[in-house]
Amino acid sequence: MNGPDVRRSLQGAMPVRLWRLPGALVNCLFMLLMLFMLLMAAEGWAAPPTEQALETALEALRAVDHEGRGNAAAGTAWNVVAAADAQALPRILTAMDGANPLAAGWLLAAVDQIVARHPRLDPEPLCAFLADTSHEPRARRLAFDLVAGIDGPRAEKLLAGLLDDPSVELRHDAVAQLVAQAEQAKANGTTSVALEQFQTAFAAARDIAQVKGLAASIRGLGGEVDLPRHLGFLMNWQAIGPFDNTGGKGFAAEYPPERAVDLSATLAGQGGPVQWQVLTTRDEFGLVDINPLYPPPAPAEAASPAADAAGGKEGLKEVVAYAVTSYDSPQGGPAELRLGTKNAWKIWLNGQLVFEREEYHRGMDVDQYRLPVALQPGPNTILIKLCQDAQRKPWTTEWQFQLRVCDSIGTALPAGRQSADAPPPAVENIR
Amino acid sequence: MNSCFLRCSLLTGFVWTFFVVAASGAEEWPAFRGPNGSSLVPAGVLPVELSAATKQWSVSLPGRGLSGAVVVDGKVFVTASAGTSQDRLHLLCLDAQTGKLLWERRVWATGRTMCHSKTSVAAPTPCTDGSHIYALFSSNDVVCFDLQGRLCWLRGITHDYPNVSNSLGMASSPLVSGGTLVVPVENDSESYCLGLDTATGENRWRIDRPKGANWTSPVLAGPAVVALQSRGGVDAVRLADGAPKWSFSGGADTIPSSCFFDGVLYVPSNGVTALQPAANEAKPRELWQSNRLAPGTASLVVAGDAIYCLNKADVLTAGERATGERRWQLRLQGPFSATPVSDGQHLWAVNEAGLVQVVELGQKEGKVVSSFDLGDEILASPAVAEGAIYVRSNSRLHKLAR
Repeated sequence: MNGPDVRRSLQGAMPVRLWRLPGALVNCLFMLLMLFMLLMAAEGWAAPPTEQALETALEALRAVDHEGRGNAAAGTAWNVVAAADAQALPRILTAMDGANPLAAGWLLAAVDQIVARHPRLDPEPLCAFLADTSHEPRARRLAFDLVAGIDGPRAEKLLAGLLDDPSVELRHDAVAQLVAQAEQAKANGTTSVALEQFQTAFAAARDIAQVKGLAASIRGLGGEVDLPRHLGFLMNWQAIGPFDNTGGKGFAAEYPPERAVDLSATLAGQGGPVQWQVLTTRDEFGLVDINPLYPPPAPAEAASPAADAAGGKEGLKEVVAYAVTSYDSPQGGPAELRLGTKNAWKIWLNGQLVFEREEYHRGMDVDQYRLPVALQPGPNTILIKLCQDAQRKPWTTEWQFQLRVCDSIGTALPAGRQSADAPPPAVENIR
Repeated sequence: MNSCFLRCSLLTGFVWTFFVVAASGAEEWPAFRGPNGSSLVPAGVLPVELSAATKQWSVSLPGRGLSGAVVVDGKVFVTASAGTSQDRLHLLCLDAQTGKLLWERRVWATGRTMCHSKTSVAAPTPCTDGSHIYALFSSNDVVCFDLQGRLCWLRGITHDYPNVSNSLGMASSPLVSGGTLVVPVENDSESYCLGLDTATGENRWRIDRPKGANWTSPVLAGPAVVALQSRGGVDAVRLADGAPKWSFSGGADTIPSSCFFDGVLYVPSNGVTALQPAANEAKPRELWQSNRLAPGTASLVVAGDAIYCLNKADVLTAGERATGERRWQLRLQGPFSATPVSDGQHLWAVNEAGLVQVVELGQKEGKVVSSFDLGDEILASPAVAEGAIYVRSNSRLHKLAR
């Protein structure tokens, strides 16, 4: 339908006063209306959606999936959601519950657009949303940020009650608030108050940097902390190796421990028969160093060229080792294995491959890899394959890992025995 | 609808129309290293004498980043990352004239955010085709917004392919052309380059790439051809379907990127190697190779008949573009991460300490003629548009202009 057609149609439906207007004026009005609509569309001004339209659009956003599936529909739906009034924010935040990570991103961007149009939000529904800890933690954090933008002092008060919050970021800020109070108490000379506050903050802290800082603060005031227990690091292992990784082929090679873990077995290693050995770490962050178990042959004369290249340190190169432990879970259930390593690795839980990654010496950190798993009640066998490559630079000597078992926000899970005195049970054919 | 409102709408409409028309003819900086991918800027438009007076505005950013800015339609776009685990990914749109924030959108990272402390999740420079902004992050999340801030699509490449990541961080910048967004995600494990449909973000193609960390960015190397640089050399593929066009297997760096200019691809390979692709040939013609030109972290700059590179010792080297012969060298105050820009007469180089050094480019020598200390750590390559140079740090975006 072209412009004149629309005009004729409108003339038929319009009140008398309008259709009596001269045709040129109606044409002009029509053109202005089109221009206005174009301008509104360009500026993203659209009428707020009805409740049903909003629900339909939210479903489209939640339906996005891998490799861009659902993106085309979501692109249209996003405009509908983003046009919603501020009153719809709790509903949109609720849509983040159970949403996949991609859908959560779509929803976050829509919230940003709505908030930009509504600088004066009502904090009450957002506070109510925040108070309901059954909601998605990141959505609650978003609600908190919105409240903070409206009423900073109120947000500060709310933080005090969020020390044990399921949102890692809310908990982080609550811990930071308490740490500031503890630092003030320390500066005022009330050491016992400061120590108590540091200890309370430490118990609540899940952020690794905060945990480190708090451990130092507590120790500085004469207190004690047990970092491995707080974070859930596994300290007691049995290891076997070395196996061949020449040219990196060991990563894909299936050595006997991948078929069955038998702690009494003697296996054919790279340089001869090898057996499982106890490997216990005392490192506060659970760092398990493989290198001391398998020192390289002593050079006949002074330091070898390889050792020079490695900055005076040298360990075996192009080798594979396995480490196994048994983690006793009272009830079983969902958990995360959190691994840090610079070496290529594979990890199995109760004989099932959880994940593998062939990357060497790009970096290592606590919680570098977060691996969601389901623990079974009772003993759980955790097997790690750790590969060392051929690089001979100072930063490529490490052959080590750190592993902890925790929930989705990093809280160490209650565990039964996990010690060198209680080696993992022999598991036949763990595959 | 009263007549006053109509008049206002009409006036706004005319102003808006005029603005769009005017802006379409404006200079733009649509991607990493500018419209031609060689860091070449129009001659004589940038300030040579830098001072506090040339600092037009400086605005704070909501998070970290070392991606460069892009400029289109009178707007400056820049990315940032924030949050305790750097998983909040920001895209900001600012008014180029005033630095005023026009809009800001966020998404959450779906991939890993771990990276070396020197870099950050907002490392790749976004790109634009004039109507949309495409931003890639180290977490391998890709977002597409229109210029008004409407989210058109997003992808989580690591969400799709879980071993696409680099524990040091990813930094290759995407490239958009002909309705395809080229997303390089080369790393030690699951190593790919993807061609995404700019309309939906869906894969048009996905090709395996050599396993190995790689921070170089793809460049257009002829009509509808993309050159992908990696440790083994360069593979040119068709933009439309990722099919191979030609390869160069002489090895190449994995940090500084190639540059395509006047039909020749200048590759950081054994110093610099100049390649001339030929139609229907599987191998390009090697014009010259010079190990006296050795780019460090910053990528190559081509301007006029010269080629410039900053080496790891902070020495700026000028070479003949036709032969690779070295013209002169000049030691600057480094270290450098940012790729300089040049108009052929001068070169603007920003070191990591935020010192902008303006070098007069002669045939026989180069000379620092001006410098200005931004007092801010700068690792991002500058963007240039409408006579202004935009430089971002981990916390601020600065605009310098006459």
